[in-house]
Amino acid sequence: MPELNTSSLPDLIFTVLFFFMMVTSMREEEVKVQYKTPNGTSEIEKLEKKSLVSHIYIGPPLAQWRAIYGSAPRIQLNDAFANPEDVRDFVRAEREGMVEHDKPFMKMSLKVDKGTEMGIVTDVKQELRKAKAQNIVYSAGKEKTQERK
Amino acid sequence: MGKSGRKVPGLNQSSTADISFILLIFFLVTTSMDTDSGLSRRLPDWDPDAVDQKLEIKERNVMTVQVNKQNEIFIKNGVIKGQVIDISELKDIAKEFIANPNDNANLPVKEEYVIPDFRPVVTTIKHVISLQTDRVTNYEIYFKVQHELSRAYSELRTEWCKQTFGKAYEDCTDDQKSYARAMYASKISEAEPRTYGE
Repeated sequence: MPELNTSSLPDLIFTVLFFFMMVTSMREEEVKVQYKTPNGTSEIEKLEKKSLVSHIYIGPPLAQWRAIYGSAPRIQLNDAFANPEDVRDFVRAEREGMVEHDKPFMKMSLKVDKGTEMGIVTDVKQELRKAKAQNIVYSAGKEKTQERK
Repeated sequence: MGKSGRKVPGLNQSSTADISFILLIFFLVTTSMDTDSGLSRRLPDWDPDAVDQKLEIKERNVMTVQVNKQNEIFIKNGVIKGQVIDISELKDIAKEFIANPNDNANLPVKEEYVIPDFRPVVTTIKHVISLQTDRVTNYEIYFKVQHELSRAYSELRTEWCKQTFGKAYEDCTDDQKSYARAMYASKISEAEPRTYGE
């Protein structure tokens, strides 16, 4: 039986590699909370420019952090658990890291777990208002079923 | 020139595939593919003096949507005098309230309003939907309420676009979209946080 010619295999793999390099983006932070965002249908928009978006995670800490932080929903900014008061510093730091003409378009993506109570979300929103980061996005998935009249 | 007849030996490339596989796996692990999506909102300006500011809004222009501790949706406007409703009813109630199609005297007043760079229209420019939540309200319910209110607005805009421009909102030009947004401008006001029924 003649041997299979594998000389083009590396090229194939490289193509796949380049594809992945283009469509994905580097994971920025290690998420330490559990979150399952709610689902919507027609009103969900995709966030186009990733450079404008900063993330705030709210949800119960993952199992390995429960011993220290408990299981009540917590806020995560960058890589650490935080309190609502820290949001202002976070916004300032994020704003510093942006190009000047992008600053007014900064968006805060709130990745909030479905089961969270509104109190903590409201606190974060109040802090965002104080920090003048008023463009927010309630992160949510889009359900496939389109129920339109 | 003793070696003139010999060919240069080819480089052994059998491991290139393995090397690129390793690179591929590295990228698969370190990157994420999830595109972020969600419901956009703009928070009001922070004005510490405005906490006790009571705006003069006529009762007919306000619809209160309250999501209470038990995650029930409680609606109050000129027509519905306080009633717990199901989430599926919210969109149509909101549409009725925002558009006031039958010019009901208990629903928001319709006034002439000039859409910038366009033409005057008659719309309920002064309506306000006041969304109130409790600290223990579930976030998912709150999100669904926001989503339904958004749907109410976008369905009204689509209907208006069909009437005015003869096409759906998505197919309109950017200018036409902004007119539609001016016609049915989203007026969802979230009250300053406080606890109810304590």
